[in-house]
Amino acid sequence: MSKSREALIDPLFNNNPIALQVLGICSALAVTTKMDTALVMSAAVIFVLLFSNLFISVLRNQIPTSIRIIVQLVIIASLVIVVDEVLKAYLFDISKQLSVFVGLIITNCIIMGRAEAYAMQNPPGMSVIDGLGNGLGYGVILAGTAVLRELFGSGSLFSVQLLPLVSEGGWYTPNGLMVLSPGAFFIIGFFIWGIRTWKPEQVEQD
Amino acid sequence: MEHYLNLAVKAIFVENIALAFFLGMCSFLAVSKRVSTALGLGLAVIFVLTVTVPMNNLVYVYALKPGALAWVSPALASKDLSFLGFLTFIGTIAALTQIVEMTLDRFAPALYAALGIFLPLIAVNCAILGASLWMMERNYNLAESAVFGFGSGVGWALAIVALAGIRERLRYSNPPEGLRGLGLTFIIVGLMAIGFMAFAGVQL
Repeated sequence: MSKSREALIDPLFNNNPIALQVLGICSALAVTTKMDTALVMSAAVIFVLLFSNLFISVLRNQIPTSIRIIVQLVIIASLVIVVDEVLKAYLFDISKQLSVFVGLIITNCIIMGRAEAYAMQNPPGMSVIDGLGNGLGYGVILAGTAVLRELFGSGSLFSVQLLPLVSEGGWYTPNGLMVLSPGAFFIIGFFIWGIRTWKPEQVEQD
Repeated sequence: MEHYLNLAVKAIFVENIALAFFLGMCSFLAVSKRVSTALGLGLAVIFVLTVTVPMNNLVYVYALKPGALAWVSPALASKDLSFLGFLTFIGTIAALTQIVEMTLDRFAPALYAALGIFLPLIAVNCAILGASLWMMERNYNLAESAVFGFGSGVGWALAIVALAGIRERLRYSNPPEGLRGLGLTFIIVGLMAIGFMAFAGVQL
C-alpha cells in the first residue's frame, strides 16, 4: 500500500513533472492567465494521463518496441479527441479560450514521458496511480500559477472581481505583465526556486 | 507579396511561438545548454515546420474540412471530419520526421550526424503540432501556411540560439543555489519575452 501511496504523493512536490522533470511546460504557461481555464486544463490532462497510462500499461506486452511511439501517440491522440469533443459540447467558452492547447495535450511531454518511463514497465493498477499523481503534480503548479496571474493580473479569481480595478472606480491598478507571457515565465521560475530552497536535494549541480 | 512578408515577420518576431505562445518549451529548455546543439535543433525545426505545415494544410483542405471530400463524390460533401485533425496531423508529423530522417541518412550523412538525436525528438515537439493547429484555426491557404511554417521555425530557432548564448555565459555567474539551472533559465526566458514584446508595435 505504501508503494502506491508513494506513486501518488511523490510527483506532487518531490518529483514534480513541471518543476523537476521539466515536462509539459508549454501548456502550463499558456493556460494560466485565468483560474477556470487552468483547472479545466488540469482536469483534461489528468483524464488523458490516467487513461493513457491505463491503456498503454494493459497493452504493454503486446506493443512491439519498434513502433511503440506511434502506438502511444495514437492512444493519446484518441483520448485527446474525446476530451476535445466533450469540452466543445459542455464547456464551449472555455474550450474556445484554450484553443489549440487542448490539441497540444497530445504532445504534452508529461503524457508521453510517463507512458514511456512508467506505464511500459508497470502493471495497470500502479500505472493509473502514477498517472493520477503526475496529473495532480501538474495541476498543483498550474493552479498556483493561475492564482497569482489572475489575482494580480486582473484582480479577480474565477472571474469574480476581488480587487476593484482603478478603471472601474476601485483602487487596484492591474499588473499587466502578469497576464502577458513574461509573467508566466517569472512565476514558474520563482516557484522552482521556492521548491528547491525547500527541498535542497533537487538543486542542479553543474 | 507584402502580405506574405508581413506574415513572416509577424511569425518570427511579433508572435514568436516560443516566447509569446510557449510552444516547444520542453526541448527549448532542455537543449539550450550549448549554442552549437541549439543551432542544430533550430535548423531541424525550421525544416520540419516548413514542410509539415503546408502538408497538413493540404490534408486539412482536401480531406478533413467540412465539405472537403466533395471532390471524391458529391455524396460526401456534407461530411465533416475536422475532429480527426489531431490524429491525422500528428500522424503526418511522425511519418514526415521518419522520412526526413531516412532521407538525410541516405543523402546528407554529414547533416544527419549533426542533427542526430534531435530529429526523432521533433515529432513530439509541440511547436510543430501547434503551428499546424494554428494553421487550421486561422484558415491559412497553402502559400500562407508555407510562409507561416517557415517563419515560426525561424522564430523558434532564433529564440533557442539566443537563449543558449546567454546560458553559455551564465556558467561564469554565481546565482543562489535553488535558482541554479531551471529556475534561472525560466527567468531569463521571461526577460527575453519582454525583449521580444518590443516588436509588438511593429507595423508593416
